[in-house]
Amino acid sequence: MRNRRGLALLLGPPLLWLVVAYLGALAAIFATAFFTTDPFTNLVVRTFSTENFRGLLSATYVGIIGRTLLIAVMVTVLCVLVAVPFAFFMARVAPRRLRGLLLAAVLVPLWASYLVKAYAWRTMVQPGGVLDSTVGASPGYGLGAVVLTLTYLWLPYMILPVYAAFERLPESHLEASADLGGGPVATFRRVVVPSILPAIAAGSVFTFSLSLGDYIAVQIVGGKLQVLGTAVLQNITLDLPFAAALGTASVVIMVVYLLAVRRTGALENL
Amino acid sequence: MPPPPCSPFSPRSCWHSSTCHSSWWRSTRSTSDRTFGWPPPGFTTQWWHAALQAQGPRDALLTSVKAGLGATTIALVLGTLLALALSRYDFFGKHAISILVVLPIALPGIVTGVALQSVIQNVLTPVFGIGAGLFTIIVGHATFCIVVVFNNVTARLRRMGASLDHASADLGARPWTTFRLVTFPLLRSSLLAGALLAFGLSFDEIVVTTFTAGPDSQTLPIWIFDNLFRPNQAPVVNVIAVVLVALSIVPVWVAQRLGGTDAAGSRL
Repeated sequence: MRNRRGLALLLGPPLLWLVVAYLGALAAIFATAFFTTDPFTNLVVRTFSTENFRGLLSATYVGIIGRTLLIAVMVTVLCVLVAVPFAFFMARVAPRRLRGLLLAAVLVPLWASYLVKAYAWRTMVQPGGVLDSTVGASPGYGLGAVVLTLTYLWLPYMILPVYAAFERLPESHLEASADLGGGPVATFRRVVVPSILPAIAAGSVFTFSLSLGDYIAVQIVGGKLQVLGTAVLQNITLDLPFAAALGTASVVIMVVYLLAVRRTGALENL
Repeated sequence: MPPPPCSPFSPRSCWHSSTCHSSWWRSTRSTSDRTFGWPPPGFTTQWWHAALQAQGPRDALLTSVKAGLGATTIALVLGTLLALALSRYDFFGKHAISILVVLPIALPGIVTGVALQSVIQNVLTPVFGIGAGLFTIIVGHATFCIVVVFNNVTARLRRMGASLDHASADLGARPWTTFRLVTFPLLRSSLLAGALLAFGLSFDEIVVTTFTAGPDSQTLPIWIFDNLFRPNQAPVVNVIAVVLVALSIVPVWVAQRLGGTDAAGSRL
């Protein structure tokens, strides 16, 4: 009995906060997605309709959702491709001192201001900017710049868990694989990959979700590129129910993604 | 305090130093006409004076610090309570709650932002007379800061085990005494790490802030974003950018002193 009371005292305040301040607000906005907007007054009309969700199926919005998904997938894949060898080198190859320096090199940008980093990339990719005047080529504002910038921004979220997984991987597993005749490729595929997969999945929750929801970096380096976030932003003042439906779409995508990676044990790794 | 290293083995850190470099370079060199041109046309320190004197960024910095402290305090209390409940008790719905804590950072910030904004407009202001401002910023930030405190404390509680708590109870200590004399001292450094992460997260947050801040409460990221595309403000923004990049070494250094790289910024 006393135990139950202790639990209630511990759980009460945080649950009250999360349910009232967060879930309540989310529920309200999802309910709004089923309302409509009066075309003359721009006021929300509270009658149930699925019109907003049908609106999402128009060519324009299917295109925007598809493009946003493409960006999120590309950023996640690029982060994995850079993070795995980098984390491997950091955890398994680099001498102790260099390892500390590399870790600092990953962490310092993580703490630097998001806006400053996105802004710095604007200077990099703009016509006549750093890339243009030094390398002689630049993606310019647009999809390429967005993918590049977001990959840069979210990379630490992938490197850190993968690095931790490589550190946890016992040397003996690799030796056992070699003793049993596994070459480097077989060892990588059958020992290393399965043990770092949960970490990759955990990192990808952040790279995927942050890319899916980003609209600020898109505004800074994306030129006229339209993604889910910018579409929500455009509709908020004029057509809140439709903006809510767009938001619901991104939440549905994210929840499906979370359910998909749950089986890898990623959520326990977050 | 070492400057961010630039190792030949690390393509990322080199990208980083060159992106930071561009901003640093422009803050010392640019004059107003070719703000975005490269290379910058000349050398001047006038923008450093201008930035030091500007009132806008100073007020915004103050708001950011207040919001960060408020959100961190709430997150410390709620995150610790939640971590204690989930790691020391077994109950129905435990799994659902552990997902609920993660949601505010796993779901896109713009959704949270729009949701909070509509609650402010439709409930808080008409019913309670609370407009968008520092208070609503703190509420929004605390919601996603809870999870970082929760993660840090949970990890520590898991490593600690419950045997010390049991020993204290066996010796006749009431729960509060056990917490004050046994659990809390053992949690201290993880609370500090959690607080650091929560403050950092709040200080850098822009999306949720955009929707919960009123016209009179501008945080530093919002000030920067508002002035990013104003050519006459760009050099001042550059100065602030350089300062922020330089300051980002501080938490990494503090976290490394706290011991353990896990405190340093994983799962922010």
